[in-house]
Amino acid sequence: MMEQSRIMQAKQAFDAFVDWIYDFIIYLTDLIFGTLQRLIGTKHMPYIFVLPNLLIFGIFILFPMLLNFVYAFTGGASFFPFNRPWVGTVNFERLLACEVYLEPRTCSEDLFWRAVHNTVGYVVLQVSLMVLFSLITALILNRRIKGRGFFRGVFFYPVLLSPIVVALIWKWIFQDNGVLNGILVSLGYNKVPFLVNSQWARALVVFISVWAFMGFYTLILLAGLQSIPPELYEAAAIDGANPWQSFSRITMPLLMPTMSVVLVLALIRAVQVFDIVFAFTGGGPGTATLYLVQYIYNYGFSSPNRQFGLAAAASLLMGGVLIILTLIQLALQREEN
Amino acid sequence: MKTVLGNLFVIKKHRRTGITDILAYLYLFAGVIVMFGPVVWLVLSSFKSPNEIVKFPPRLFPYRQVTTVVEGYEQPLPLYKVIFDDGTSKTLAQVRRVGIEAHLVDPENPGEIIKVNINQRQPVEEIYFGLENYIEGVKSFDFGRYLWNSVVVTVVATLLTLLVNSMAAFALSKYRFRGRQTIFLIMISTLMVPLSVVLVPIFLVITKVGWNNNLLGVIVPAAATPTGVFLLRQYMLTIPDELVDAARIDGASEWRIYTQIILPLAKPALAVLTIFSVMWRWNDFLWPLIVLSKSEYFTLQVGLASFQGELNVQWNLILAMTVLTLLPITFVFGFLQKSITTGIATTGLK
Repeated sequence: MMEQSRIMQAKQAFDAFVDWIYDFIIYLTDLIFGTLQRLIGTKHMPYIFVLPNLLIFGIFILFPMLLNFVYAFTGGASFFPFNRPWVGTVNFERLLACEVYLEPRTCSEDLFWRAVHNTVGYVVLQVSLMVLFSLITALILNRRIKGRGFFRGVFFYPVLLSPIVVALIWKWIFQDNGVLNGILVSLGYNKVPFLVNSQWARALVVFISVWAFMGFYTLILLAGLQSIPPELYEAAAIDGANPWQSFSRITMPLLMPTMSVVLVLALIRAVQVFDIVFAFTGGGPGTATLYLVQYIYNYGFSSPNRQFGLAAAASLLMGGVLIILTLIQLALQREEN
Repeated sequence: MKTVLGNLFVIKKHRRTGITDILAYLYLFAGVIVMFGPVVWLVLSSFKSPNEIVKFPPRLFPYRQVTTVVEGYEQPLPLYKVIFDDGTSKTLAQVRRVGIEAHLVDPENPGEIIKVNINQRQPVEEIYFGLENYIEGVKSFDFGRYLWNSVVVTVVATLLTLLVNSMAAFALSKYRFRGRQTIFLIMISTLMVPLSVVLVPIFLVITKVGWNNNLLGVIVPAAATPTGVFLLRQYMLTIPDELVDAARIDGASEWRIYTQIILPLAKPALAVLTIFSVMWRWNDFLWPLIVLSKSEYFTLQVGLASFQGELNVQWNLILAMTVLTLLPITFVFGFLQKSITTGIATTGLK
């Protein structure tokens, strides 16, 4: 008892101290902002409040967005926009010139098309697998499960890990002398060259990103499931509906809005896949796991002869796709509301 | 099949434990192994010695050879179990190895040296969780500096994000002023343009400002997140305007209204934004990778990525550093699991 009351006292003293500090900061800052208010008038104060945000936003987000167009329509090796000659749509033409679009080898920028191909394949596979597993997990977690909080936490935990940590965890498992090959060999099979074989590397990148992100979508789908009123199921049961009917006639239709939001969110994220792959395979073997953002990164920041124009043009093309996807998402959300 | 699926996915009120329950729990336990197993394996491996870590096939737990102090020898000697030709076996300490012959002594009777073929002896081992990798890793990896950089970035950026965005959200929710709609619309429209699209020009801006290899270059640009403004504005709209008006009549300045009425009332939304901001900043990789090229400014994530890209990958050190990097987030998750999951479920943000 004594101990507890002492802790309480300490806590109160601490809270009082924090309050005092906060009041002091307010007092000091109010000297500035109060004077400012007297100088410019109350009517103009909202501009002061949005100013810091707008400054940062304008300089570091809005301005670069406009600048991106300048890069995309200019050429040369210079990094500074004023030293770059205007070339019109040459960068786009180079990116898009292909004899046969399904054959990256026939394109003038074959790496770009390889990245496009890889990204499309990745997006299709990753998004469908992720939505499928998130849905199954959410449906199962929505049952009366003992320890639901624990299981939900387990599926969600990888979402919080950084992409680098995720990549390292799995690289350690899949490497040539890793635990998976260890298990295979002790069972009498041969080693599998997980990170050296293109097909395996592609499949594993999909697997790892599903592993890392599915908890997030599971959570959203679970929230969607829990907002379905239970009376509907009771009424259906009274009417003699079997479980499959209640699933296909109640759960699925009512979950559809959430599903479509999840689908578009997953698509937007999948198109931009970068950091996990960067640390896991680095785009290899060869160009097997080279995706769009890494292509842009390579041309903008790491290749010996940087081509900012190409990188910017490629990012504008990708941005166009993303904006279309986002507009679809906004339309879906509006429909939902 | 259909009934099984239907049962599996539908909640029923009164029922006995059936096959579908078993399937559900099987799925969940398989999930625990797949989701958690790799992390457990990482932690177990991070305690292994450099010799142990390259062993193939790997063993589950970290082991070390048992050593013992034998009279007459300065160093502790490693213990081996020796099987003699007549089938008997004995635990002996190895003094030295000469070619394929091992010289061992009985710890009880150290005077007499026993010579056996090295294939006749097996090391005696015990499970051992040693901190050697962690200590060496922290030294050779410059962990302290990266940790410090990561902490500075996370803390300062989160404070700045909260301040700048709550100020803007306050103005956008509690005032009517010219340009309000325009500002809000521009911000919302950039929600859909991710960083990855504007990599090149952002790099130019940061270079021009002189923030290359400066933590400010990592902290400031992403502080004005449209997501944050949107989240806070929606919450502040629910705070009654009468409170603001009353305070104004009492002679409070606009700054005091913001700090003493709006901010305390918006605590729940600020808490959600804090959690997100800490997660974003701690795990951020692409942005610091572009802005920082000198290793003394690296954050943990960039440092870890460059450490593992080096030619001679020392897995025992990398794994230990990976564990240290994921510890803070794991602790935060352990304590705030509920508010994190509900925050994400209600906002749809990650």
